[in-house]
Amino acid sequence: MSMRTGSPQTALEAVTWRRLLVSSWPWRSAGYLLTTLPLALPAFAGLAIPWLVLVARVAAGDYQVGMLVVLILLGVALIAALGPLIAMPLAELERRRLRMVDARPVGSGHRNAASAGPVAWLRARYADPAAWREVGYACLLATVAPVVSIAALLAAPLTGTFIVSPLLVLAQRPGGGPVALGVGRVATVGQTLPYVIAGVLLLPLVPYLLTLLAGGHAAVARALLLGGPAARLRAELVEVSRSRVRLADAFEAERRRIERDLHDGAQQRLVSLTLRLGLARLDLPPGSPATESVAAAHEQAKQLMAELRELIHGIQPQVLTDLGLPAALGELADQSPIPVAVDAHLAGRLPSQIENTAYFVAAEALTNIAKHSGATSVSVTARQHDNLLTIEISDNGHGGADPHRGADPHRGADPHRGTGLTGLADRVAVAGGRTLLSSPPGGPTLLRVELPCTQHQPPSG
Amino acid sequence: MHSAPATIRVVIAEDGVLLREGLAGLLERFGFQTVAVVGDAEALKIAVAEHAPDLVITDIRMPPGYTDEGLRAAVELRRAHPGLAVVALSQYVQHSYAADLLDSGDGRGVGYLLKDRVVDVEDFIAALRRVAAGGTVVDPQVISQLVRRRRDPLSSLSAREREVLALIAEGHSNTAIARQLVVSEAAVGKHVGNILAKLHLPQTDDTNRRVLAVLAYLRSDNKER
Repeated sequence: MSMRTGSPQTALEAVTWRRLLVSSWPWRSAGYLLTTLPLALPAFAGLAIPWLVLVARVAAGDYQVGMLVVLILLGVALIAALGPLIAMPLAELERRRLRMVDARPVGSGHRNAASAGPVAWLRARYADPAAWREVGYACLLATVAPVVSIAALLAAPLTGTFIVSPLLVLAQRPGGGPVALGVGRVATVGQTLPYVIAGVLLLPLVPYLLTLLAGGHAAVARALLLGGPAARLRAELVEVSRSRVRLADAFEAERRRIERDLHDGAQQRLVSLTLRLGLARLDLPPGSPATESVAAAHEQAKQLMAELRELIHGIQPQVLTDLGLPAALGELADQSPIPVAVDAHLAGRLPSQIENTAYFVAAEALTNIAKHSGATSVSVTARQHDNLLTIEISDNGHGGADPHRGADPHRGADPHRGTGLTGLADRVAVAGGRTLLSSPPGGPTLLRVELPCTQHQPPSG
Repeated sequence: MHSAPATIRVVIAEDGVLLREGLAGLLERFGFQTVAVVGDAEALKIAVAEHAPDLVITDIRMPPGYTDEGLRAAVELRRAHPGLAVVALSQYVQHSYAADLLDSGDGRGVGYLLKDRVVDVEDFIAALRRVAAGGTVVDPQVISQLVRRRRDPLSSLSAREREVLALIAEGHSNTAIARQLVVSEAAVGKHVGNILAKLHLPQTDDTNRRVLAVLAYLRSDNKER
């Protein structure tokens, strides 16, 4: 037996633990097995009645093949139709109950149906492999589990009875029949001796038996209800993706807040200040020392205005906020050193994260093209079909764009292009979209980004 | 129409209090008469109906939607009052704004300027005066973007001719252009003639007509976008 430093995490581990007999594990295991019984009942009632009839008929030898087939089909249909629904609350309860004999964290192995609506929920439920594993567990719970639990729980009273069997014989009124002791009958105190010896020897084993069976049950439950490591990983991944979206949303909101604060506060004040300086400049007599310093201050304030405008634009272009994606793409095209043809016709405003992501994609792509592609013309198209926004940016440059180049320092002749594309793909992935890039050596390059947009806002104004 | 051309009566529509007050102070300093200052497009329409000003200076982006309320009010006002001069101030260059304004009325007495121009006090006042007198003023940045965009036909122009073209589009007369480029007026006249010929635009001495022709030409590829 290996020496364990910590206490066991599960009942199965506890079985090989030296201090099992003085620990709470056997008691908890007994409790686990005992509470299995009331839970087995609804599972049994919900799923097993056709099978029960079947077994009864077969046992009685009173059956026809046709009826057997009907009963089997009925049983299967019942499980298929109601199984996922009956198993769900049962599984939830079982996951909680698992804590009695399993100290490891317990989570749901489910793909949570995020979308509302009962139909979507039902569809997701019946398509979820985890739901069908729960049904499997419910079937076991209805059949094997109670048998095993009852057998294990009877071991304790049986052993106890063996040990006290001489007293039972003595307590028997003279002339009474022999005492039944499970596997045999005894009539005299002498005959009880082997039972007493067996009882004494078996007594310390009972806790082990209880713990072992409870542990086995718990292991099966964990495997079926928590779906093993792969399903747990998947569930974790889903959670990580969600938290990534939440982080991106929070970041987006923060950007907007900063933009608004700068725009409504600092920028307004600065324009007003610069205007005052411009006026003061006029009121001063030409050639005085004050004129010169006020003029310098005016020029500096104007420069600061331009810088602040750039900064605010970099955080969140106002034309995008005010007028939406097509106008903002037009502005991008106007700022590009390479001629850009924009073809963007959208029915209305899109959700702001989608607009921002699409704008970021176009801005990043145009920057890349201007820096690296050697293109002389670029075209940007934005189209919306159903709930998919597609942005295509194509150039007539020399191609060879590689998203991985920037990430690899050993090939870094051109470190920016790759990083730009990776950042772009990251932004798209957060929005749940896809990035497709075709850039053979010699060109042309086509970047296609697909963004799902679920909600639709009416055109403003 | 203006009995006293010295005093231009102005309505200011701007939602930012600081800039609104700053503008009012600026106009007063230069002898304009500010008859009303308002903070949104609805109030602007009411103020124009009440005061019948010579000139409206309006921010494009105003409450409640903060998109283009001021612009739409301006276009509407020009339809209702054909003689009304309007200068629209924009936070950023948006060609469609300039186009909408120029298309309202006959393109006379219209200005489209970036808000930041306000701080170049004298230039701004000069632009206001030009618009109030029926001229057309379009922000240099709009022009330079339009010139940059129309690469192919404009490539036949010399660098100096392109410079002159931008100044024409901004609404300057030959005299003003000559002063700005420090050349003789005759030289400017020759450049202008060459430009209009190369771009197949009608020859005219009317500055405003010329501006409109050039702008129409520069904007003609808007559909491509």
